[in-house]
Amino acid sequence: MATDWEVVIGLEVHVQLATKSKIFSWSSAAFGAEPNASTDPICLGLPGALPVLNRAAVESAVRLGLAAGCNIRTRCRFARKHYFYPDLPKGFQISQFDEPICEGGAIKFRLKGEARSIRLTRIHMEEDAGKNVHAAAGVSFVDLNRAGVPLCEIVSEPDVRSAEEAAEYVRAVRTLVRYLGIGDGNMEEGSLRCDANVSLRPRGSEKFGTKTEIKNMNSFKNVRDAIEHEVKRQATLLDRGERVVQETRLWDAARGVTQAMRSKEQAHDYRYFPEPDLPPLVVTELEMKALRGSLPELPEDRFARYTGEGLSTQDAGVLVADRETADYYDATVAAGAPPKRAANWVINEVLAVVGDARRLSGDNVPVPAGELATLVKSIEDGAISGKQGKEIFARVWGEWGKDKTAPLTGVTATGQIGQLIAEAGQSQVSDAGALEEACRKVVAAHPAEAARFKESPKLMGFFVGAVMKETGGKGNPKAINEILRKLLG
Amino acid sequence: MSRITPEEVRELALLARLALSEQEIARMTGDLDAILDYVDAMRELDTTGVEPMTHAVPFDCPLRADVVAPSLPVDEALANAPRREASFFQVPRIVPGPGGGGGEEDL
Amino acid sequence: MDARGASLTAIVDGVRAGTFGAREVAEQFLDRIARLDAPLGCYLKVDAEGARRRADAIDAARKAGRDPGPLAGAPLGIKDIFCTRGIETTCASKILRGFVPPYESTVTARLAAAGAISLGKLNMDEFAMGSSTENSAFKPTRNPWSTAHVPGGSSGGSAAAVAASLCAGATGTDTGGSIRQPASLCGVVGMKPTYGRVSRYGVIAFASSLDHPGPFGRTVEDSAALLEVMAGADPLDATSIPAPVGAYRQAARAGREGLKGVRLGVPAEYLQPGMDAEVEAAVRAALDELARAGATVVPVSLPHTKYAIATYYLICTAEASSNLARYDGVKYGQRAADAKSLEDMYTRTRGEGFGAEPKRRIMLGAYVLRAGYYEAYYGKALRARRKIADDFSAAFTKCDAIVTPTSPVPAFKFGERVSDPLQMYLADILTVAPNLAGIPAISQPCGFTKAGLPIGLQTIGPALGEEICFRVAGAYESRTEWHQRLPPEVV
Repeated sequence: MATDWEVVIGLEVHVQLATKSKIFSWSSAAFGAEPNASTDPICLGLPGALPVLNRAAVESAVRLGLAAGCNIRTRCRFARKHYFYPDLPKGFQISQFDEPICEGGAIKFRLKGEARSIRLTRIHMEEDAGKNVHAAAGVSFVDLNRAGVPLCEIVSEPDVRSAEEAAEYVRAVRTLVRYLGIGDGNMEEGSLRCDANVSLRPRGSEKFGTKTEIKNMNSFKNVRDAIEHEVKRQATLLDRGERVVQETRLWDAARGVTQAMRSKEQAHDYRYFPEPDLPPLVVTELEMKALRGSLPELPEDRFARYTGEGLSTQDAGVLVADRETADYYDATVAAGAPPKRAANWVINEVLAVVGDARRLSGDNVPVPAGELATLVKSIEDGAISGKQGKEIFARVWGEWGKDKTAPLTGVTATGQIGQLIAEAGQSQVSDAGALEEACRKVVAAHPAEAARFKESPKLMGFFVGAVMKETGGKGNPKAINEILRKLLG
Repeated sequence: MSRITPEEVRELALLARLALSEQEIARMTGDLDAILDYVDAMRELDTTGVEPMTHAVPFDCPLRADVVAPSLPVDEALANAPRREASFFQVPRIVPGPGGGGGEEDL
Repeated sequence: MDARGASLTAIVDGVRAGTFGAREVAEQFLDRIARLDAPLGCYLKVDAEGARRRADAIDAARKAGRDPGPLAGAPLGIKDIFCTRGIETTCASKILRGFVPPYESTVTARLAAAGAISLGKLNMDEFAMGSSTENSAFKPTRNPWSTAHVPGGSSGGSAAAVAASLCAGATGTDTGGSIRQPASLCGVVGMKPTYGRVSRYGVIAFASSLDHPGPFGRTVEDSAALLEVMAGADPLDATSIPAPVGAYRQAARAGREGLKGVRLGVPAEYLQPGMDAEVEAAVRAALDELARAGATVVPVSLPHTKYAIATYYLICTAEASSNLARYDGVKYGQRAADAKSLEDMYTRTRGEGFGAEPKRRIMLGAYVLRAGYYEAYYGKALRARRKIADDFSAAFTKCDAIVTPTSPVPAFKFGERVSDPLQMYLADILTVAPNLAGIPAISQPCGFTKAGLPIGLQTIGPALGEEICFRVAGAYESRTEWHQRLPPEVV
């Protein structure tokens, strides 16, 4: 008989920080240079080289910690973590051990509409290792460009309870990282990496079961699939009365299984000790205050504000997914657009054409928030129809932003949309006579509906639609409404 | 009573990636034993409540501005490489190794 | 100008005044090296071409009316632990044979910018681990006063070269006494400044929190002149002290005026019964001389001295095992031939490339950092370190400087100690504590044994107290002639 197993998952997420230079040296931290072209004595681990800490990396780590509600240590330390591997030039990684920069905190997100909060153990700073490439038989190649790129490691408590939740957690970390502008959070490119510790225990038990560490999950889907598979694997073993072996397992996406790593494991003794080349790092109250002040409104706070203002959870969820989208929406509303219609437009029209939502924060947004507000307002006021609005939008956006992947090249001049609206409004059939003619024609064509109108006022929509069709979409909806009301009684 | 066994010496040698001959292991066991015996006297020193002194400087970690400066040209970075292939360092084939988040999971 | 016994400051004065040229000076010293270094083995590499080029540039600058620098023409030897761009740097280890750094250490860059001429790289104990230079993987260095005796270590090549006038000054590093002890054994001046006073960027690391680069000179003022150029804040070293560099030459000269008002502490723990009688006699006589110069001698106590060696060896080996992890055959240095696998490459590269002493310290260091042992050994040592540092702080409330012998024994014979590591470690008893505390200390000659071997006097100052060290040492030197004695010339 199968036990009711509770799934217990803890996640370690490594976030690459998008600083210009590396964490301990001046080489560029940017991705994509020719192998070993972005190196210097420090990140090569040359004899005699010494680390010097990058201020921007510290600021990013503090902002991340503040955003997650962590306690930021006033004084923290770096530590050396020792192991031998070709992509680790010094034979140790400069990381943090006993006194990490951030402790506690939580990552908040929604899982199937329910608010979740996963506690964090800590967040610490460390340097990335280089990359090993296995090409020919018997040899591997080492590229140390990535060695020294700054990382934040986010360690969660084992609060996650399902594979799906794990994927959402990682997604939430990515959103947060991008909100703060501290990194790309791109799993496919490796700027966000995730390892999971997975164990099962009988539901209701307090004791932890034996955990395995799962690595090599390079997308949200892989996170979910890998953990789902591992949970099944462990459940099968335990149901048979066998034990789970504590080990590291790699996810093989192609075959859909986790595999134990082949290395003959000695105990990992990293021999941590405080990094002697870096005195303790102090973050003052003043600095923390300034960094706290620099935080944007965070995703879950925005979500609460939007739903509080009447947006649906679905719409709110889409808007907060990227900070640029939410900022753009807020600016549109601030410029006078009605919230619900503005949300509708941002979600269904703007996001459909923008490609990467981050393009909305640039200088060259084809339809800036203010202009969109003008457009949305004019539809709300009935100056133009929704259809006309979409035409104007497509025309203007298409001029500058047709290619979703290329950088946006230009921006609509202020007032240009207003101009187009005016033209469209003029072409609207507002001539009372012509409109009245169209209305009478439609009412006459639908006697049955006309007769039922008094009991079913909702039929107004049907009639307005029919009149719009009759006028080729150019009827002024407000005027049409008034005329029909008189005719239908 | 010996403080360290040849077995432990072999473990340490592996941890430190040092190939030691049997003779060296025997010698090392004796040497380390004598040294550990000597440092054992530290135990009598009462250090309760004493802050560890990890650094001999009284100031905090200085910070550097996030500015990029020129890297070493690739040829200089690789000039001392025992084995080189194009612009890579070449090593014997790597079998996926021990844990740690930074990058060893490259497979 | 006679190179033998010439003082660095006299040479610089001469070059700056145009009395003689930098090239002429360089040639004299290169000639001496060619004739006299073979039996001594001070130099691992002589860079005659580079020295000539530099010297010519200095002479040209001076002739063109440009300032040739505060160390113009000074012929220096550089301990092979400083990375010199384009010049092989080995740390006297096989594992770094052939390593040519693509960058320059801050110290050697500053010396060159000041007009000094590097004659070449000097021998040392492998990775600065040792007290006799017998641990060099390439060759021993012999004490110019008696070639059957060691010059001390780890900066043995530096001390011997200055003593034998194969350079007029040298750089060294001092982690547990590696400048002061060889200076003492070779009868020259060697200074370990405050930790962080001189940049460690480009200095191959042995024990990061204990390594101190510093100068060797024939006289106190020579050392001071070198230190003034070597010292100062460095943005490339996060542990380098931002405070401005002091006027060390001036402090050395001020010593000539006497030491009225200066209190000199003598710690009972440093003049133990059983120490070499001649050393003790010479140091006591030196203290009398200092009293005649006007100083007041007061007894002080450094009660945790007996734990200093253990504390030192626990910390330095832990840091060394870490700093030497990078020598893995991947990026630079030697790699074992025909490696069958990555692990084979690692273990054989390191097994074959490191000598016995580095291997010993790597093993001990790995041991004390093991999970489960950390608190008992390394953690304990870090706390003991603070107590040792506190001892000095307390003592300095009662005195301005502390005076002790530098080494409990004069130079010992080759082979006498190297086979007993623990015995070798105990030779550091008088020098390690200032490294642990990070405070400055200078050694100068204060006598000779009947056998003609030099004896050294150590003056220790509080943190950033280089000036008091130079003043006391300058005072003693101005009243004695030990520094003028020259070792026999093996023609």
